[in-house]
Amino acid sequence: MIKSIQELEEIRKKALEELEFRKQQGEGIRIVVGMATCGIAAGARPVMLKFVEEIQKRNLKNVTVVQTGCIGLCKYEPIVEVYEPNKEKVTYVKMTPEKVSKVVAEHIVNGKPVYEYTIGYEENKEANK
Amino acid sequence: MNELSLYILDLVQNSIEAGATFVKIEIVEDLENDIFLISIEDNGRGIPKELINEVTNPFYTTRKTRKVGLGLALASQLAKDCNGKLIIDSSENGTKVKIKLQHSHIDRPPIGNIVDTLLLLVCGTPDVDFVYVHRAGKKEFVFDTNKLKSVLGEGVPLNLPSVQEFIKEELSKGLSNLFGGANFND
Ligand code: FES
Repeated sequence: MIKSIQELEEIRKKALEELEFRKQQGEGIRIVVGMATCGIAAGARPVMLKFVEEIQKRNLKNVTVVQTGCIGLCKYEPIVEVYEPNKEKVTYVKMTPEKVSKVVAEHIVNGKPVYEYTIGYEENKEANK
Repeated sequence: MNELSLYILDLVQNSIEAGATFVKIEIVEDLENDIFLISIEDNGRGIPKELINEVTNPFYTTRKTRKVGLGLALASQLAKDCNGKLIIDSSENGTKVKIKLQHSHIDRPPIGNIVDTLLLLVCGTPDVDFVYVHRAGKKEFVFDTNKLKSVLGEGVPLNLPSVQEFIKEELSKGLSNLFGGANFND
């Protein structure tokens, strides 16, 4: 490892504080990004990365971003599911890094899901075509 | 897919879905012999024998293969396009996938953003241990999440924001050293 021992001690300290915070807050928000072949091909990697960056930037300590495999809806990829404790899961479809910024600001921070990006909205739109 | 790092992301996703708790990713750039080698080794439950031949067939794309990974079909096509080959070695104790490509082949995609790929794998699946080895000529870069965990202490997950930041820096630095300061992040 390249970092000096002192720097690593710093990171360790910070990490332990973050961990303590997580434990105190209990279950937080989980953001799950679909990373099947089709998701990756459709651009899931930059989407997931954008979530990680935004969460870091805003210092949202109780949010985790994880990946999963096939969600089973290729044509809607990249797909992102947001799980909040005691709330219904929200599924976002055809995600882009730009959409991520809005989802983080409105949904993750302010608790209001962005309906126009959800699967429900998309399906409605298709049904009315 | 236009980056080797995306193929890697995809294949490692297969490993994770096969229940792997350990994945070793190795890249060897052997300019002398004009070889670009990617190898991905896991301790997952393996690919059933009956499926091994089918998974590399890009035309065999039923729901069943998708589970094993359409990625292997893509990798197989990639190998064909780049004068190389795909070797899959699988048993119930794990799978090793090797993609051997002609380094100088005009159709060989660039490695692309391997830092992003590794960062997402390491932080997006914090329970899986990863080792990444990248050799280019005589230089070598090794990234090992187990070492990182032992420095951070037991029970500190790697997806904490400050740890993620650290991992990103560590990977970027390590890889740019490997390539004599070339920017590896684009
Ligand atoms: S293969 Fe496309 S969502 Fe699963």
